[in-house]
Amino acid sequence: MISVQGLTKTYGGFTAVDDVSFTAEPGRVTGFLGPNGAGKTTTMRVLTGLTTASRGTATIGGMRYSDIPNPGLHVGVLLDASAQHAGRTGREVLTLSAKVMGLPARRVDEMLELVSLTGSESKRRVRNYSLGMRQRLGIANALLGDPSVLVLDEPANGLDPAGIHWMRGLLKTFADQGGTVLLSSHLLHEVEIIADEMVMIGNGRIVAQGTKQDMLAQAGGHGCFVTAEDGAQLRRALDGSGLAYAQAGEGFRVEAQPVQVGRLAVQAGIVLMDLRAADGGLERLFLELTAPTQREQLTEGAQA
Amino acid sequence: MSAVAPSRTFDVSGTSKVPFSRLVSVEMRKMADTRAGLWLLSIIGLITIAVIVIFFFVTSGNADDRTFINFLNITSTPLGFLLPVLGILLVTGEWGQRTTLTTFALEPSRMKVIAAKTVAALVYGVATLLLAVLVAAVAASIGGATDAWGGDEIVESAKMLLVIVMSILQGVAFGLVVLNSAGAIVLFFVLPIAFNLVANLWGWLNERAMWLDLATAQTPLLGMDPATGMPLSGNLTGEQWLNLASVTALWIVVPFVIGLVRVQRAEMK
Repeated sequence: MISVQGLTKTYGGFTAVDDVSFTAEPGRVTGFLGPNGAGKTTTMRVLTGLTTASRGTATIGGMRYSDIPNPGLHVGVLLDASAQHAGRTGREVLTLSAKVMGLPARRVDEMLELVSLTGSESKRRVRNYSLGMRQRLGIANALLGDPSVLVLDEPANGLDPAGIHWMRGLLKTFADQGGTVLLSSHLLHEVEIIADEMVMIGNGRIVAQGTKQDMLAQAGGHGCFVTAEDGAQLRRALDGSGLAYAQAGEGFRVEAQPVQVGRLAVQAGIVLMDLRAADGGLERLFLELTAPTQREQLTEGAQA
Repeated sequence: MSAVAPSRTFDVSGTSKVPFSRLVSVEMRKMADTRAGLWLLSIIGLITIAVIVIFFFVTSGNADDRTFINFLNITSTPLGFLLPVLGILLVTGEWGQRTTLTTFALEPSRMKVIAAKTVAALVYGVATLLLAVLVAAVAASIGGATDAWGGDEIVESAKMLLVIVMSILQGVAFGLVVLNSAGAIVLFFVLPIAFNLVANLWGWLNERAMWLDLATAQTPLLGMDPATGMPLSGNLTGEQWLNLASVTALWIVVPFVIGLVRVQRAEMK
């Protein structure tokens, strides 16, 4: 289990991470979501002992990272897929890690196969890798020691949609086996696809956390889209119901759960052609919650 | 979907720390597994052989100069340039390519990693000395000098080893302070030149060069009297040892400690 408690990190007068607390449980994939510069990477660096906290603690299984013996065997870490020596081959990158951990060379081949890097690709120098290939190599590196915890910073960055779904399957299996996964992303849809739990961070502070359903409830519910065979009939029924609605294409967007609209349609004997929950509830929440940080984030990004 | 028995549990009770010897062998591999590193190692080996071969031919008119000690000492100049670069690159290569993120994730003790890098560089240094001794011995054996083995070969080889160890440690120290390949290499070569420029203009400094300048203090190790430029052999005098201790503190120990503090506190980005 990953536990971050009251974590604060300041650089001079700038507070990168401000009293952040959350846990990532075994058996779950926890998504750490926030705009660039929100403090995700700093939190993960403290968690893996690469940066010291100003206040608070970050532990894995109750231990500080630096106290974990041969940590590669217990915690798989991917902080930046581009942080590899451009002159080494992909296979050599994994071989170095395997040697530090004391693993047989066979393990390198297994991992290359797992992330679908072919024999000839693995013999190319990392300089010639696409970002997606670097991510796959970084994930192979993180999984090399057969760890029980994964800490992945922006692992889906540079992956194509098929790659993102591949990663979802990989991490789902890992969590189903009892593993703990903490992954970060600045893109909501990535986290929505991959993660079970979400921790939303903006301007160094946690702004929301929980399952996707919890977060939606926090956002105050969300609407649905409905299209009827007879639009005018549906409009009359909606008018009569008192639900807020607006014209959307051929149908309407209604500020209510789909089940309410379905009931209304049955009562009025209306034939529906389409009824679905409106996406974007989380998106709106994400933008709202992180909006105060968006402008500052530009100047932070320029400094980095 | 079939239920999978939880097999991934966090339990470190059966795991021991990464042994130091393993870290050293990985650091040695890191020096040789990139083109730049492999080239540097190859150049160090080739130049060591080349200077001995060249010395062999330029002394064809005076075969008595072809002694083992002369052959060995001739390698000190190129090695004094190249081995510090090896030490620098072993440290700065990681920072330049940001592989420290992986290195320190696998071994969180930064001091252990730096120690492993230092030992790895020293192992390469000793290997280079062995190569130099071997080639010098061959050259002396076939050189035809009447007194090819006339000196104290063991003492001279040990002095050469000391020069090599100092060069490498200085390189590692400069690498740790600057944490940037180009910057550390430039600083390493420019600082002694700057010292000489200032010393030439400032007599006070020039008189104390053997206490302050690394190259001056090392000349007795390379078989030369720093004051007269005359050949010198055998053990160093007490004062010459103190000179060496002084420049070692100034050019190796102080930057090494500053570098260690810097690395220990640095944030890995």
